Amino acid sequence: MSYIVPPGLYAVGQPTPDSPVIVTANYKMTYDLVRQALVRCDAWLLVLETYGINVWCAAGKGTFGTQEIVRRVVSSRLVELVNHRSLVLPILGAPGVAAHQVKSQCGFLIRYAANRAADLPEYLGNGMQTTPVMRALSFSLAERLVLIPVELVLELKAVTLIALAVLLGFSLAGSFADGLQAFSAYAGAFGCGIALTPVLLPWLSGRRFALKGALLGLLWTCCCYFLSGGGWPLLVTLAAVLVLPAVSAYHALNFTGCTPYTSRSGVRKELRNSLPVMAGAVGTGLLLLLISLFV
Amino acid sequence: MRGYRYLPDVVTLEFDPDLCVGCGRCFDVCPHQVFVIKENKAWMVDRDACMECGACARNCPVKAITVDAGVGCATGLIGEWLNEIKPRRKGCS
Ligand code: SF4
Ligand code: SF4
Repeated sequence: MSYIVPPGLYAVGQPTPDSPVIVTANYKMTYDLVRQALVRCDAWLLVLETYGINVWCAAGKGTFGTQEIVRRVVSSRLVELVNHRSLVLPILGAPGVAAHQVKSQCGFLIRYAANRAADLPEYLGNGMQTTPVMRALSFSLAERLVLIPVELVLELKAVTLIALAVLLGFSLAGSFADGLQAFSAYAGAFGCGIALTPVLLPWLSGRRFALKGALLGLLWTCCCYFLSGGGWPLLVTLAAVLVLPAVSAYHALNFTGCTPYTSRSGVRKELRNSLPVMAGAVGTGLLLLLISLFV
Repeated sequence: MRGYRYLPDVVTLEFDPDLCVGCGRCFDVCPHQVFVIKENKAWMVDRDACMECGACARNCPVKAITVDAGVGCATGLIGEWLNEIKPRRKGCS
């Protein structure tokens, strides 16, 4: 299956020279969403070459950008096809596009319409007015859920290696049952950070992702303790309290790359503050475990 | 964006009202309603909501807005830092 739609000009319905021109990316899913939204409309669809990447990411990279728009407007001979001189763009494409430069280079006025393709019919129907609802960005549970598998796949290799090392280490130091227990504890902490934090994001207190993750990690550590019937040696308990929340915090912090509201400067600040703490916690925890082998 | 808020007082967004010609583009493109237009001028009303996407700066015709734009991705930033450290190490040895 291909995720790429050939770039160029497409007709939706029966467009006339007066029909609007909608600009979108050539990521198949984006293209399909726009087409679906426009089923009852007549419009031109100008598909840019974004190499199969969605509008928001392509705008960040600059492929959904000023130069590509100008190039497509010229190569599709849009000037000969339509009477008007305006292009309708998704608001999320704006980071890559300088509207005034598009205007000066090819004569077309950019109109930033809405964030979601589903709002296009209303926008076209109401005389091209962006309502506050079309402008509002959302980050619903469903929108957060679809991001989790992507993150999981990215981290899977490293995490599997660590999990196996944990299983092996604890099995050798104690019994295979100890190994399994430690393995589940680690896997659970990873799950807290990578899946549970995104799911519960708006309801976890605090603004820092690492803190949200650490909080869940701590709860998970308590769960592990009581589920296993307790009675861990003191040093092992201390190590668990240090390491498991740090693991969860680290993966929670990684989710900042997926959210539509975390600034780069904010993430940089949070990383600076929390990375040393996480590394310190993991280091101390491992040291305690090592000591526990000899006491 | 209702229900979500990140760290305050960190963003690199700067706005020079003296340059602004009140075209309204920054209001059009900002996904977080950081700017409003009043009396033919832009007003930066919610600076801490900025996610540094760079849309306002790119679309301002008179360069009244500047921001160090980029993606707030922890893995990406760690990668950048590691890359910065590597050549330095080589230089020392
Ligand atoms: S950089 Fe993006 S989020 Fe920040 S003010 Fe400009 S448009 Fe809004
Ligand atoms: S885009 Fe620039 S000139 Fe236009 S209103 Fe905003 S700050 Fe002013």
